Amino acid sequence: MKKGLSSVNLAALTFGFAFLYLPIVLLVIYSFNDSQLVTVWGGFSTRWYVALLHNEQLLEAAWVTVRLGLISATLATVLGTLAAVTLTRFVRFPGRTLFSGMVYAPLVMPEVITGLSLLLLFVAIGLDRGFLTLTLAHVTFSMCFVAVVVQSRLITFDRSLEEAALDLGCPPFKTFFVITLPIILPAIVSGWMLAFTLSIDDLVISQFTTGPSATTLPMRIYSSVRLGVKPEINAVCTIMIAIVTIGVIAASIATKRAESERVKAERTAAAGR
Amino acid sequence: MSDAPRPAGVSPWGRRLVIAVPYLWLLVFFLAPFFIVLKISFSDTVIALPPYEPVLDIAKGWQGVTEWWAGLDAENYGILFEDELYVASYLSSLRIATISTLLTLLIAYPMAYGMARAPKGWRPMLLMAVILPFWTSLLIRVYAWIGILSPEGLLNAFLLGTGIISEPLYIMNTETAVFIGIVYSYLPFMVLPLYASLEKLDDTLLEAAADLGSPPWKAFWQITVPLSLPGVIAGCFLVFIPAVGEFVIPDLLGGSETLMIGKTLYNEFFMNRDWPVSSAIAVLLLLVLVLPIAIYNNVQVREVEAKK
Amino acid sequence: MTPYASPSLPRLDDPMALKPAQKALGPIRRSFAPWLDPSAVPLIRFENVVKRFGDFTAVDNVSIDIHQREFFALLGPSGCGKTTLMRMLAGFEEPTSGRITLAGQDLVGVPPYRRPVNMMFQSYALFPHMSVEQNIAFGLKQDKLPKAEIEARVKEMLRLVKLETFAARKPHQLSGGQRQRVALARSLAKRPKVLLLDEPLGALDKKLREETQFELMDLQMELGLTFLIVTHDQEEAMTVADRIAVMNHGKLVQVATPGEIYEQPSCRYVAGFIGDINLFEAEVTASSGGAVTLKSEEVGAAFSAAGEAAPGASVALAVRPEKVRISIDPPPADATNVLKGEVWDIAYLGDWTVFLVKAENSEKIVRVSRANVMRSEAQPIAWDDKVHVWFAPDAGVLLTS
Repeated sequence: MKKGLSSVNLAALTFGFAFLYLPIVLLVIYSFNDSQLVTVWGGFSTRWYVALLHNEQLLEAAWVTVRLGLISATLATVLGTLAAVTLTRFVRFPGRTLFSGMVYAPLVMPEVITGLSLLLLFVAIGLDRGFLTLTLAHVTFSMCFVAVVVQSRLITFDRSLEEAALDLGCPPFKTFFVITLPIILPAIVSGWMLAFTLSIDDLVISQFTTGPSATTLPMRIYSSVRLGVKPEINAVCTIMIAIVTIGVIAASIATKRAESERVKAERTAAAGR
Repeated sequence: MSDAPRPAGVSPWGRRLVIAVPYLWLLVFFLAPFFIVLKISFSDTVIALPPYEPVLDIAKGWQGVTEWWAGLDAENYGILFEDELYVASYLSSLRIATISTLLTLLIAYPMAYGMARAPKGWRPMLLMAVILPFWTSLLIRVYAWIGILSPEGLLNAFLLGTGIISEPLYIMNTETAVFIGIVYSYLPFMVLPLYASLEKLDDTLLEAAADLGSPPWKAFWQITVPLSLPGVIAGCFLVFIPAVGEFVIPDLLGGSETLMIGKTLYNEFFMNRDWPVSSAIAVLLLLVLVLPIAIYNNVQVREVEAKK
Repeated sequence: MTPYASPSLPRLDDPMALKPAQKALGPIRRSFAPWLDPSAVPLIRFENVVKRFGDFTAVDNVSIDIHQREFFALLGPSGCGKTTLMRMLAGFEEPTSGRITLAGQDLVGVPPYRRPVNMMFQSYALFPHMSVEQNIAFGLKQDKLPKAEIEARVKEMLRLVKLETFAARKPHQLSGGQRQRVALARSLAKRPKVLLLDEPLGALDKKLREETQFELMDLQMELGLTFLIVTHDQEEAMTVADRIAVMNHGKLVQVATPGEIYEQPSCRYVAGFIGDINLFEAEVTASSGGAVTLKSEEVGAAFSAAGEAAPGASVALAVRPEKVRISIDPPPADATNVLKGEVWDIAYLGDWTVFLVKAENSEKIVRVSRANVMRSEAQPIAWDDKVHVWFAPDAGVLLTS
């Protein structure tokens, strides 16, 4: 937009982003606070990070969480991609309305409902609660997010590329793997990352569907913080924030670099004819 | 070009397989559980494993089925309507969710508007800045507010220290804290669809309005706002629906006075160990939300069709 | 299509004009007309093909025969069904009813990846994640040809389209014209029986488009292939095609050579769609021995034309603008079909001038076009001049529909 930023707009942006980031920044700062109290600055210290390393419970929970995230994200990506292909490519099949309803509903469904219903399912079929049920639950709610991400990419995908492949003798399933999949890969990767993040951040559904053998990191954090602010928790949170930040920034830079390379290549080609 | 997007030459069995896998998964793990919740909402609590009865014993054949059916009753729903706690929780949740949605809209709109008007080079960065908190755990972000809002927290320290107030504010464990928590956590969900809508706005429309004699503020209300309505609606649904059933925020930031149905359900389940009543709560909550969810679903599908 | 477009005659001093003429005078082109041979078996047959999408009929009972080594054009405005027809041949749509046969084989139910037909897409559809080489080799790899043969064929194709040094580049590193050549090479790599071209030149600028049209014609003759081109650009169809099928609203209107389409349109639609035309609505007053007399209310004059028609019939006399003569001085005494009028508008196009003349005592505008064969005229015609226009009896065609 040519008008640029008025002072009102600038103020809105500043206030908005300050509101968004202030709590996180404060959290990070106080993870380095030597003192236990939030309001007293005891000096810069990394003792809480050191304490973390000796906290068996937290480390165990972190390991469960990472494993859970990797497995559920991968499964969710496969299922979500299949769902996206179904929604964009197969226009008419019996029960399509129901299917699309089931794909979009979990996006807004309150977690207490999803969690409760999944737990009751596991009890009804006699499945012991633990890592398996946890994984099944995570796959279920994150596959819908993957489906939405992949679907929005598939819609803008140039169908004539698939037709060209068919025309040249490539059967449909091979076409999907050789032509479509490589081109929509960035969307599938973002879907995976989204599913991974949702899994490692999840609390409520995990509470309902897990068993004594599998406690996730958010669950540990939650049980700690119900009793107030804990500096060790600040440290864990800071680490998680750092990982996410680095991931998002790295992805951002990678996309930007690929984009500018492509623009440069197109410009040289056009000039050279 | 071609009307029917049917992919040419796909074998019918291949097609069925691709559809069936996610379909079956969702049927089993998403839809079927709702029916189980429904069934259990008609059951009674017992001290047993599982902690409800009747339990359908298929081995007993048809007699088992009739016994099971006879054991169902709507007692729990009666409890829900009689006991003030539950009705109050539902109404309070709707009230809090509605107010929070409006507050979020109020804060998100100027932000999204500012982002849409920012120089093109800034926008990817601004987008990333909005998305970053979204990738951070809700739990962490809500926890961060505990340190700020509690009586010994940073906010009070700041206000007391600068002499703006003489007594600490008791925001923590009140509804106000819940409002702040919901608005804060769901802000990205409102900003993103709003931004998407506002960014698509054609600048030349505003230029045409100016050319025809409309002052900027009028053009804003008569052109910008109506055209951004799809984004507003999407954002409101994305905030309102999950906010109604929100648990973490009222649990950590609200006190025992703050009633929200998500918290009530959770407590009913984990503290009172009353599965049937929790199920009844869930069923009613679902009924309350079914209309907004259906509308939201409809809007999503229509948007997807339009893009094709 | 510009309002004043007219078919360009080859200019005598233009080297480009000579190039196709040299090839065109060769033995194949001069006597190439298999559609006239009753014993010739067509390569492609569309028999009563109908395609419906719900309530909408995209292709309405179309029957066409296309012969081997023809450069055949499907011409019509957007929405006329030409693209749908082509896609049914490629296999991306199935006809609702009717038959399509290729070399005698019925194509019903045969998926696109098993048809000996290849298509060059309007958007080129180059695979962005593959290099030029890999794009061209793609079809060959599907046939599981030996590696050495694939390499040799790819090299041959690159040479054919003059892109040898671009083999390792990716599509986004190529210009529009280069991408188009890769698309062409890729579609020819498998030496298909039929090559389908879906509005292939739309994205190119005028100069490049003309060059490529001639290149396509040369290529087609050199390789001896059958080309089917779909286009809405009538100049393009006239330039490249051996025969043109004009379509409108899903129906086939006329199938003929460019010359026949231009000089013997079968109806008002074709007459108006290709080039510019003057249509004089008239009634036949007399008819004998291949000559008719017409009376036109429009211009309040009588015409004599060559043709057959029953007296009393309502016809349109279609006369091309370049067949009409114009001058300020009265025409020679033996001139027929003379009208007097006033110059209403003039378009100077450099090589041609188009005059719009308002006929005396009527609202009819007669369109006259004239080549500027002299660099300057002693008495140029200007706006509002009183002029005479006339044309020969055989200059026009009688149209009944």
